[in-house]
Amino acid sequence: MGPMIMFNQVNKWYGAYQALTNLSAEINTGEVVVVCGPSGSGKSTLIRTVNRLEPIDDGQIVFDGIDIHGSSTRLNQLRTRIGFVFQSFNLFPHVSVAENIMMSPMKVLGVKRTEARRQAGELLERVGLSHKADAYPAQLSGGQQQRVAIARALAMKPPVMLFDEPTSALDPEMVGEVLSVMRGLAQEGMTMMCVTHEMNFARDVADTIWFMDQGQILEKSKPEQFFTQPQHPRAQRFLSDLRSH
Amino acid sequence: MFEIFTILHDNGMLLLMGQYPNGPIGGVLCTLLISVLAVLLAFPIGVLLGLARLSPWRWLSWPATGWVYLLRGIPLMMVVFWTYFCVPLLIGHNISGFATMLCTLVIYESAYIAEIVRGGIQALPHGQYEASRALGMSHLKTLRLVILPQALFNTLPSLVSQLVSIIKDSTLGYVINVPELTFAANQVSNQLLTKPFQVFAIVALSYYLICFSLTWLANKLEAHIAQKRRQAPPQPASVAPAVMLTKPSSQ
Repeated sequence: MGPMIMFNQVNKWYGAYQALTNLSAEINTGEVVVVCGPSGSGKSTLIRTVNRLEPIDDGQIVFDGIDIHGSSTRLNQLRTRIGFVFQSFNLFPHVSVAENIMMSPMKVLGVKRTEARRQAGELLERVGLSHKADAYPAQLSGGQQQRVAIARALAMKPPVMLFDEPTSALDPEMVGEVLSVMRGLAQEGMTMMCVTHEMNFARDVADTIWFMDQGQILEKSKPEQFFTQPQHPRAQRFLSDLRSH
Repeated sequence: MFEIFTILHDNGMLLLMGQYPNGPIGGVLCTLLISVLAVLLAFPIGVLLGLARLSPWRWLSWPATGWVYLLRGIPLMMVVFWTYFCVPLLIGHNISGFATMLCTLVIYESAYIAEIVRGGIQALPHGQYEASRALGMSHLKTLRLVILPQALFNTLPSLVSQLVSIIKDSTLGYVINVPELTFAANQVSNQLLTKPFQVFAIVALSYYLICFSLTWLANKLEAHIAQKRRQAPPQPASVAPAVMLTKPSSQ
């Protein structure tokens, strides 16, 4: 069986600025990839190209045999199979927590309301928020909102989950609750791609770490290797900068 | 002061409903009817125009933008005249003053509503649109289920003030013989000859009462919905301990 996601010579420009440069990589089924690197290195751009929130200019990204940026790709159907969690949660503030989770299964997959409600209950239990089903997003803390956002993405039963700096907008004491939900997902065998600055999470959970700078993946390695003996000089500098504070 | 009550006693029904039921509906009721109909028709057109202005397709956004700029750049009185003279030419027979004024209001106000709706949509965080699309919802489903419910709620105060504007703008129907409140008041004033101040005091007060109570209602509605969305203050995470999927390790 081939890789679940494959980047093949991907290039992307913002005007004259090249955000991704000849980037090739792959993610296997069940693999947890953590993407790290300095600000502006193209991490978020890269993860956002996977469900086509960002277009690419050149190359190919293949998900489960489908060319994501192909002109005949059925984008909405594709996106139902790729869970995406944003840095800023982006819950829908005008509907309750349960409705946030039920909306896309009902409106896109055509799941019946009672079934969607039952499933939302299960997902909320999984992220430890059963008692918040009828609350509105504004009544939740940041950590709780992000856990709901994860539940909302899981409601589509995607085979892969993408996390774009899921804890960067959180107060420090709320980071742990979100990461523990993500750990749980990883242990259940979910294929995951996470952009994060949480190096402990990367060390404990990642199967592979991609270190990015200037739109390229400079190093792909196992966490134990990445944190003890990084190969690329830029990665060495990045890690020593992290340790110095 | 006493004269105002006498005028109201003698001409109250004329001011309230014109010649009705012996003639066309007029007075306050006509004002309300034309305004409500104008809103009911202009609102969906305005929403569509606003969406068209934001659409990624130029063949849709450019005409909508042109339409909005054109109408916002000319006085309502011009639109009244243009409709009054052009519509009969276009459709080949005369239409009533009421229908003319209704058309005018719909054409003119939809441009303003479009701008309100556009502002409301653009004020939403872009993440709302992206989150909805990332869940697999189409552009139109996203607009219908995520964007418009929020944008329209947020613009409710502006939309109500636009309705108030429409009510006030409907006075221009006077010049093309729509028997609305101002027209009825002028009839009364012409009959009484010597009491224009009292008559128009009644008219001003009537407009004020209608418009003020609408604003008041809108504020109530807004407060009610806002309160529903945050019945309880946000709770600190410690109050509701999460049932962790796995044992949390130290970060």
